[in-house]
Amino acid sequence: MPGKTLYDKLWEDHVVFTEDDGSSLIYIDRHLVHEVTSPQAFEGLRLAGRRPWRQSRNLAVADHNVPTTDRDKGITDPVSRLQVETLDNNCAEFGITEFAMTDARQGIVHVIGPEQGATLPGMTVVCGDSHTSTHGAFGALAFGIGTSEVEHVLATQCLTQKKAKNLLIKVNGQAGAGVTAKDIVLAIIGKIGTAGGNGYTIEFAGTAIRDLSMEGRMTVCNMAIEAGARAGLIAVDEVTIDYCRNRPYAPKGDHQFMAERLWQKLHSDEDAVFDKVVELDASSIKPQVTWGTSPELVVSVDESIPDPALEPDAVKQQGMMRALEYMNLKAGQAITDITLDKVFIGSCTNSRIEDLRAAAAVAKGKKLADNIKLALVVPGSGLVKHQAEAEGLDKIFTAAGFEWREPGCSMCLAMNADRLEEGERCASTSNRNFEGRQGYGGRTHLVSPAMAAAAAIAGHFVDVSSVGEGQQP
Amino acid sequence: MRAFTKMTALVAPLDRANIDTDAIIPKQFLKSIRRAGFGPYLFDEWRYLDHGEPDMDCTHRPVNKDFVLNKPEYQGAEILLTRENFGCGSSREHAPWALEDFGFRAIIAPGFADIFYNNCFKNGLLPIVLNAQIVDGLFKELIEGYRLTIDLETQKITTPSDKSINFDIDENRKYRLLNGLDDIALSLQHADKIRAYEAERAKRAPWLFVD
Repeated sequence: MPGKTLYDKLWEDHVVFTEDDGSSLIYIDRHLVHEVTSPQAFEGLRLAGRRPWRQSRNLAVADHNVPTTDRDKGITDPVSRLQVETLDNNCAEFGITEFAMTDARQGIVHVIGPEQGATLPGMTVVCGDSHTSTHGAFGALAFGIGTSEVEHVLATQCLTQKKAKNLLIKVNGQAGAGVTAKDIVLAIIGKIGTAGGNGYTIEFAGTAIRDLSMEGRMTVCNMAIEAGARAGLIAVDEVTIDYCRNRPYAPKGDHQFMAERLWQKLHSDEDAVFDKVVELDASSIKPQVTWGTSPELVVSVDESIPDPALEPDAVKQQGMMRALEYMNLKAGQAITDITLDKVFIGSCTNSRIEDLRAAAAVAKGKKLADNIKLALVVPGSGLVKHQAEAEGLDKIFTAAGFEWREPGCSMCLAMNADRLEEGERCASTSNRNFEGRQGYGGRTHLVSPAMAAAAAIAGHFVDVSSVGEGQQP
Repeated sequence: MRAFTKMTALVAPLDRANIDTDAIIPKQFLKSIRRAGFGPYLFDEWRYLDHGEPDMDCTHRPVNKDFVLNKPEYQGAEILLTRENFGCGSSREHAPWALEDFGFRAIIAPGFADIFYNNCFKNGLLPIVLNAQIVDGLFKELIEGYRLTIDLETQKITTPSDKSINFDIDENRKYRLLNGLDDIALSLQHADKIRAYEAERAKRAPWLFVD
């Protein structure tokens, strides 16, 4: 019998029972809850007279609607305020732990889960949010769900699922200077497309993945969904186990010893069989910039915008032409000639301390270019913000002209007041460049934190992997 | 949930790949804490010429006459014909809520994003995957008044020229949709199995059971 993939192992470990048609009831170890996709689920529980199956497995936080300025004044938009208050009330009524907006631990749900040790290796983790794939970086089976499923998890601590296929993405070799986890995952999406992972769970492996910190691994798994896969996974190693130690919700004492012994087994067997394998060479990846309205429309910063006329597939060609029109760009234009109006550093993809350090290293001692109307730095959580301030990063950003904000999803999807105006162009460390995503008529280019900071200083895209090359000995 | 059995309805073609859930229902409408009322804002940025906001009265908004769902010949359409990777991006169930509230009962495409596909079944909406060539054929033969019959029981689509196209669907999903069953009630019938699983798992991973 062939070996098992990490996904096979995690799946088998959580099956409560399997139906004749292959669909299974699987057990959920951690349910993360936020204000946007939960109100109707709690309402469903109330209408049916149901209570949460296990209150302690739920952890809630408001992140999408929260303002990133003047927190003490509360939320001015009445519709946003009602949604956040609804979460507060539902958590109180159903006995669910919530980090309220004023709590130092408040932040983006996918940042605080790992930060608190609420996400641990070997778990199943779900949340009514597609970027739940982030938590797969811990060797946990983590995926986004809809609101009906949020209600289902609350009521039963289980979900009916069908097992996905196994896709291995191996990134071999070493990434060059200035090439980050974000560039690796954008290059992967560029290669396999936004539907490339549909129906699969992706395991990311290879030396370039193994070399990443936990934060880098989270960035990669975060965008598995942008490649179409509900879940992305990375095998557990010492880096994973070190990260989890001493986190508030992590096991302690005997339990810690027992857990770590078990977690060490969370990797695919040598002879595991994958349904599909894709390989990339990290040394050939350059800093990436998206030019279109789908994350797969991406090129290296030293390239030009591709010509739709050369695309043989009619449907794809039409998509490229529509994207160029929306983005107000032309085929053949050099990426480094694209000038920007705004810069956003934040989101569940890139708002952790290492992201902020990378951006600050570029911004240090510099000033925003004159054409940059606004450059936002939005930390992923209150604790990330605190850490950054302890390191003086906030001072570096504000001295350069960036705004230093309170934690939340912010301009990744513009549900709060932070947004692009019609026609504005933004270098963003977030995950989606869809039409209108960052504001009605806004134009988004996805990049790494260092690339976003460099674009803020230059006013246009620059290649951070070649900046200062001349000074090298 | 409304059951889905058999229907014959008008088809609207949305000839575009990778339609994301942000396009299906933009973020500002997700602030609602209700489950109904998203239909008027379906494809808001494509359907209207102005910027939509929650609770807006859409009857007086400037309409994009070029957008397919605004064309007179597709009024009352209940089947959406579209391209690859429909429903990609955000997990928002507001997307199937908006489609259903607008009046759609079925969507035909060469492929759907996984979360969206799953969400449809919770809302009486039938997503049908057909191979890209067949979908292309349907786009080509679609003329004004084009109607398809979809029979979930026999997993068969019938075209106006009486051609039959079979489609696949999981037995379990089909059964739930045919009968309009509540997933939670079905799962709770297995409460004893869930408890047995918990007891066994607590031995292997006790740190997950320190409440």
